[in-house]
Amino acid sequence: MIIAIPTEDKSLDKKVYPSFGRAPFFLLYNTDTEESQYLDNSAVLSQGGAGIRAAQVIADNRATVLITPRCGENAEKVLTGAQVLIYKAIDASIKENIDAFSNEKLTLLTDIHPGFHGNEQK
Amino acid sequence: MKQLLILSGKGGTGKTTVASAFINLAKAKASADCDVDAPNLHLVLSMHDEPILSDYYGLPKAVINKEKCVSCGLCRQHCRFDAIDEDFKVDTFACEGCSVCEAICPAGAVEMKDAVAGELMLYKNDRVFSTAQLKMGSGTSGMLVTEVKKQMKDHAVCAELAVIDGSPGIGCPVIASISGVDMVLLVAEPSVSGISDMERIIKTAQKFLTPVAICVNKYDTNLENTDKIEQFCNEHKLPFVGKIPYDKEAVKAINSGKSIVQVPCRAGEAVRDIYEKTLKILNK
Amino acid sequence: MSKNKNTIAILSGKGGTGKTLISVNLAVAAGKSVYIDCDVEEPNGHLFFKPENIKEEEIKIKIPVVDAKKCSGCRTCVDFCKFNALAYAADSLIVFDDVCHSCGGCVLLCEQKALSEREKIIGRVQRGISQNVKVYTGILNTGEASGVPIIQNLLKDITNEEELIFIDCPPGSACIVMESIKDADYCILVAEPTLFGVHNLQMVYELVNLFNKPCGVVLNKCLDAENPSEEFCIQNNIEILGRIPFENELGMLNSNAEIAARQSEKYGDMFSSLLEQVKKEVGL
Repeated sequence: MIIAIPTEDKSLDKKVYPSFGRAPFFLLYNTDTEESQYLDNSAVLSQGGAGIRAAQVIADNRATVLITPRCGENAEKVLTGAQVLIYKAIDASIKENIDAFSNEKLTLLTDIHPGFHGNEQK
Repeated sequence: MKQLLILSGKGGTGKTTVASAFINLAKAKASADCDVDAPNLHLVLSMHDEPILSDYYGLPKAVINKEKCVSCGLCRQHCRFDAIDEDFKVDTFACEGCSVCEAICPAGAVEMKDAVAGELMLYKNDRVFSTAQLKMGSGTSGMLVTEVKKQMKDHAVCAELAVIDGSPGIGCPVIASISGVDMVLLVAEPSVSGISDMERIIKTAQKFLTPVAICVNKYDTNLENTDKIEQFCNEHKLPFVGKIPYDKEAVKAINSGKSIVQVPCRAGEAVRDIYEKTLKILNK
Repeated sequence: MSKNKNTIAILSGKGGTGKTLISVNLAVAAGKSVYIDCDVEEPNGHLFFKPENIKEEEIKIKIPVVDAKKCSGCRTCVDFCKFNALAYAADSLIVFDDVCHSCGGCVLLCEQKALSEREKIIGRVQRGISQNVKVYTGILNTGEASGVPIIQNLLKDITNEEELIFIDCPPGSACIVMESIKDADYCILVAEPTLFGVHNLQMVYELVNLFNKPCGVVLNKCLDAENPSEEFCIQNNIEILGRIPFENELGMLNSNAEIAARQSEKYGDMFSSLLEQVKKEVGL
């Protein structure tokens, strides 16, 4: 399976990037082949809707799991539509997060935050 | 690095005055001004060096090449923002960068060109201060606010505490200011409109699970409303960290480019107290 | 531009300087007049006027909606949208209303004609009356991107108004401010006597010059001290329309959302004088 993780640098020893939509890169890690591929996140340049665009990219690259510390509701809608499971990242390196996931130590991300154009009614 | 954000909702309540006082008291090595529409913090921070400038690009805007244009008018017909005039010139203030004109033009006369929407400024000597100025007529500034904070973080890696002067209002730039900070100090004004804005900001900060503390500035301009604010905090179990009196000496200090804790004045004393209480909460 | 030279916009570089105080009280001093609150993110004028007989109109923009049966999944719309308001997952198109800028491009470009438009409410305009002042208030719903359509509605029929019109503008110099002053015959700039005040005055002065609007300055919250904003006006030959002193009484009335000109003879006279000065400058 392919796991997507937002990252600042092309290295497994770096920590997971604190946000999803505007991470400079996405790591696409293939758990079967243990290969890493890094994608430039085109959403970084977006004025708005960065999470949506980032989610589209993740879905298009056939990731089935996303490990991230945060995720907005708009991005979550796209990811869930594409059947990508979202797990909460731990405050550790990317390598440690992948290992934690493989050992079933990570939990699903349930605390989805409202978009930057959030609604008061929620 | 712990990030403390100072917000107010309404403009003119004293956010920048309080922020500059905190930066002074904490000898903060990192600070930022997120009020990119009307940045003021640099005026009272005694920054002596020239800043490093960089352009901030917003959405590309349409530019029409008169030589290729066949005046068919399709662009004008479909532009929803009235940004193209009868001479097929694009009004850069009105253009929202949607690129419908580029898509619909049969002659390839429209190009979307990078448009500078603001300027980032970085002051870096023994401390880091990040700020920016949004260009007149530009649209939403949330992204520029994010850039200002990022610039601060990237250059102030060793700082323990960052004090951030937030954006006024309640919209997207405020939300961009709140994202990722450890605590919000809300400077409230004891007026009907001030209280209304205070309530909206608290709701927003709480959605981001960020702890909020409240103080009142110019409290003696309306004691009744100040009490109302204190009561509100008690009812909602929000820490009320102090009140600052209206002080002419404070105005004088600001006008001479100093922070209010650099001169002896009642407002300065009150802010010192608020600073102690706020930091206690931040470092819990 | 209106036929009669009767449209006056009141603006300042930042919030809290006294725009609403001055626009509300000038409208009252004028007797029969129109007060338009274009600060649609945080309208405050209505808190003072408490208007009656309010007629409300919803303001809508067009948002795309997809007919799933016709959608072929070609993703032309997703790739086109500059605002990332469209995504495609699990064989269906998702539209993100809150990010959409209503440019109509996706609908135009869909070859399958699978996209059409529905209306989304982004805010409302309330038209009411307070004694002899017509009060028009624009309110943008929280989280919406642009207040421009609301301001356009507020100002659409002003050429039919015979009385003096006072436009209470949003703070800053972003596109919503430009939209608010487009039809003004004259601009009143409000400035505080502080270093921050003059900095912001410079910004908004640049803005009105860009639009070739005649203008004058009202110095608010004046103290018996140096006034950097006053100096700026003198240096740049800008007409000073009046000076409002910082007085606890006025501050108190204002923070309780009371209209000073209605509550006190002293302030009634003060704003009447200011109005006369303004009318003289405008040529009325």
